[in-house]
Amino acid sequence: MVSDSTRLSNLLPLAFALLFAPLLLGLINRTKAVFGGRCGPPILQTYYDLRKLLGKGAVYSRTTSWVFRAGPIVTLAATLAAALVVPFGPCDAALHFVGDLVLFAYLLGLARFFTVAAALDTGSPFEGMGASREVFFSALAEPALLLGLVAVAKAAVGRSGWFDLTGMHQHLNGALWLDAGLVLLFVGVALFFVLLAECSRIPVDDPNTHLELTMIHEVMVLDHSGPDFAYILYGAALKLWLLSTLVVSVVVPRVSPVWLDMLISLAGVFALAVGVGVIESSMARLRLVRVPQLLVGAAVLAVLALVLESQI
Amino acid sequence: MPVVGVLVSGKSLPDSSWAWNVPFGSFTVGLDPLSAWFAAPILGLAILAAVYGAGYLSHYADHKSLGPPWLFFNLLVAAMVLVVVARNGMLFLVAWEGMALASYFLVTFEDEQSRVREAGRIYLIASHLGTACLLLFFALCASYAGSLDFASLAGAKMAGQLSRTLAAVLFLLALLGFGTKAGFMPLHVWLPEAHPAAPSHVSALMSGVMIKTGIYGMLRALTFLGTPPAWWAWTLIAIGVTSGILGVLFAAAQQDLKRLLAYSSVENVGVIALGLGIGMLGVSLEIPSVAAFGFAGGLLHVLNHAIFKGLLFFGAGAALQGAGTGRMDLLGGLVKRMPAAAATFTVAAAAVCALPPFNGFLSEFLIFSSAFQRPLLATSGGSLVALAAIGSLALIGGLAAACFTKALGIVFLGEPRTKEAAAAHPPGWLMLIPMLVLAAGCLLASLAIPPLLAGLAPVLAGVQRQPVAVIAECLAPASDSLSGVLTVGGIVIVLTIVLAAVRQRLLRSRDVRMSVTWDCGYAAPAVRMQYTSTSYVQPLTDFFSLILRARKHIREPRGLFPTVASARTHHQDMFLTGLFSRSYRGFSWALARLHWLQHGRLNLYVLYIALTLVGLLAWEFGLGELFDDCAAWLAARQTMFF
Repeated sequence: MVSDSTRLSNLLPLAFALLFAPLLLGLINRTKAVFGGRCGPPILQTYYDLRKLLGKGAVYSRTTSWVFRAGPIVTLAATLAAALVVPFGPCDAALHFVGDLVLFAYLLGLARFFTVAAALDTGSPFEGMGASREVFFSALAEPALLLGLVAVAKAAVGRSGWFDLTGMHQHLNGALWLDAGLVLLFVGVALFFVLLAECSRIPVDDPNTHLELTMIHEVMVLDHSGPDFAYILYGAALKLWLLSTLVVSVVVPRVSPVWLDMLISLAGVFALAVGVGVIESSMARLRLVRVPQLLVGAAVLAVLALVLESQI
Repeated sequence: MPVVGVLVSGKSLPDSSWAWNVPFGSFTVGLDPLSAWFAAPILGLAILAAVYGAGYLSHYADHKSLGPPWLFFNLLVAAMVLVVVARNGMLFLVAWEGMALASYFLVTFEDEQSRVREAGRIYLIASHLGTACLLLFFALCASYAGSLDFASLAGAKMAGQLSRTLAAVLFLLALLGFGTKAGFMPLHVWLPEAHPAAPSHVSALMSGVMIKTGIYGMLRALTFLGTPPAWWAWTLIAIGVTSGILGVLFAAAQQDLKRLLAYSSVENVGVIALGLGIGMLGVSLEIPSVAAFGFAGGLLHVLNHAIFKGLLFFGAGAALQGAGTGRMDLLGGLVKRMPAAAATFTVAAAAVCALPPFNGFLSEFLIFSSAFQRPLLATSGGSLVALAAIGSLALIGGLAAACFTKALGIVFLGEPRTKEAAAAHPPGWLMLIPMLVLAAGCLLASLAIPPLLAGLAPVLAGVQRQPVAVIAECLAPASDSLSGVLTVGGIVIVLTIVLAAVRQRLLRSRDVRMSVTWDCGYAAPAVRMQYTSTSYVQPLTDFFSLILRARKHIREPRGLFPTVASARTHHQDMFLTGLFSRSYRGFSWALARLHWLQHGRLNLYVLYIALTLVGLLAWEFGLGELFDDCAAWLAARQTMFF
């Protein structure tokens, strides 16, 4: 039986995710502003946006049905549920069990399914276009995500424990880095590519483009407004946070004092957001036909990691 | 009732036998947990399909006789049940053939259309090629066991009368024969032709349960063949991966809703085969936990697929009948005309994409878990299995999401693309009630997972030939994960309700307006500007063009004032056009060489018969003895020399 204090600390990853997720978007935008020589919006801008959107009314298209209205709700609910199984720093996840990494991937799939269905419900050609690209790219990103996680889990706990995100996370210490550093490096890169694709960042998708034709994620949610759009924005931020913590947990080894571990993990996630901003400032979006190559590359890296792991 | 009883208690009913005057045959039937596991979905879905069919066929009542379809429907159900309870090879084959013929007559229900007749012909040929393999399978069985009773077949294996070569030949024959029915790639070619041609309640029955009799046959055959060597398992895993990935790719490329669903059945049979393959690997490597998880995942997927694929075909039938066509590009916006049918279709689409909290996720989760077992990963090929299972399941999941958001989005959502779709009539209560029952089943089957696993343990015990207690012990770790999955699934549902309530409250006193869809300032959006079933998957089909081979017929606009322009895309099944059509052309060429034997002159035909008879007589009376004499003489000479 775990003590109450342990249980309480298990809720910390969830609390961090809920609190800090919108901050990442602000950090990325601020980084891009600095690179562009602008002041840029405040770092807390996403929080202001969320409050503003929650306070507004809504406009619905006459074409849409209940599927459109269910879209943002199910998307956010599934992303929130996914946050339950992701550990952070020295803390275990709120829930952990064997195979929760599969559940994590499929919960993101549930969120995507309803976002896409809602986009198709508007009957808009633009949103159809975004939906079409989204399902294609994510179908290629999914094997990379799962294979990468399995490779790490196998390296971390395959010899001593079970396959769950928390168990894997707690075994990713410096000793493992000396042992299987290359595996972790490969998976880290693969997961970072997945993050860029899933969270619709450059070089896969440009969240700030002015042209609907070139968007993926943003164009799917064109017709949502008010609280619905707040749900979507928050869900997207949450997804960015969750995938970032996964990348950081793979790349940054656990260290011994609890407070230092926590500090390093937080710094790692924020540094990752700054890194995403740097990438967005320094390169252009890939042509859409190039994106599959990036994602297949990520999957191949994950496969390589898995093969390397079984050789060690 | 007895079926449920066997599943709950885990004990087999004793075989009952009646006299049956057929060589090698005896009318022996029995019900063990394996039979019961397959009989339960057959009977359950048959009841629902009958209710649905009563509503569905009533539209044909004024211009077609409804007697034959109901006769063959009942025959089909009876034959399927007989297939799973038969305990004698001859009886099994008769039931198997009855199943094929009854479903053939159901497939050709609308035989005034040449497309349907063609589909029926392909189906008839394919299923008889499969049956031919099974005939050979049972003939070989009878030759070593001396009887076709399943009990003596299993007994002969125990007595060690089965050589390894013979077992391998038998395995390959079973794979071909049962694989044709189950729809393993590349033997699946009849499936996308026959399932869309049949009336929708029959399609549901065929896709939901009839192709599973192929899986049942595989499992039953394995109980005769002893411990499987590892390469059998590898073969099945390879088939599973191929069928799964290619099946869903072909499904995504289809433009006809029922064809899409038929290809998706190929995909799901692939997932089942993957599970069973991992299970067999576990048996041959003697790792019971891997075997238990693999078989459990595969068998659970048999049940789950029956539920959601039945529902999907019911939904497709509602769309087909309401709007008069199954071509997705002529549909759209049906959610407004038939909200309940659209809602159930949404549930089934999420379930077939293996999304939590619906039932499809749990069976795929078990297959994932089977690949995660540490003893398996410790073996040399273990990482390869993990790679195959996890990589392909993830890819299948992603592609299935593309495929079924397309089915849902193009058919039920958006604006109607034609007048017929805009005026579609909703399904009646007779059709709706079975759909609602199955939609509830998608959720309940995932909630009922602990009793289902308990029911599976005796089934697995029979397949793995191990005591129930061992199996239950192997599956015990799963209960922890599954309760975790169910908890999270429950949390998703609760959060959905809470978030909906929050939005409701936020918007209560605010301005909520209805408007047009945002069209980027363009003043005259038209229905035809919507994404179509082809354009939606175009990035995907282009990427996999090596497999999908899109044929594009494009007439580009020319000149300053272009008047005519069109673009049409269709995808051919490379196995049908490439593999089978070519080999059949070869066959018919070779057979045409023998045309000179057949000239239609009756007197010469009589001569053939007479010559054959004379030849046989000569063999019987003279030549046979002559050979014996020669042999004796040779032997005598040899003894003389030495």
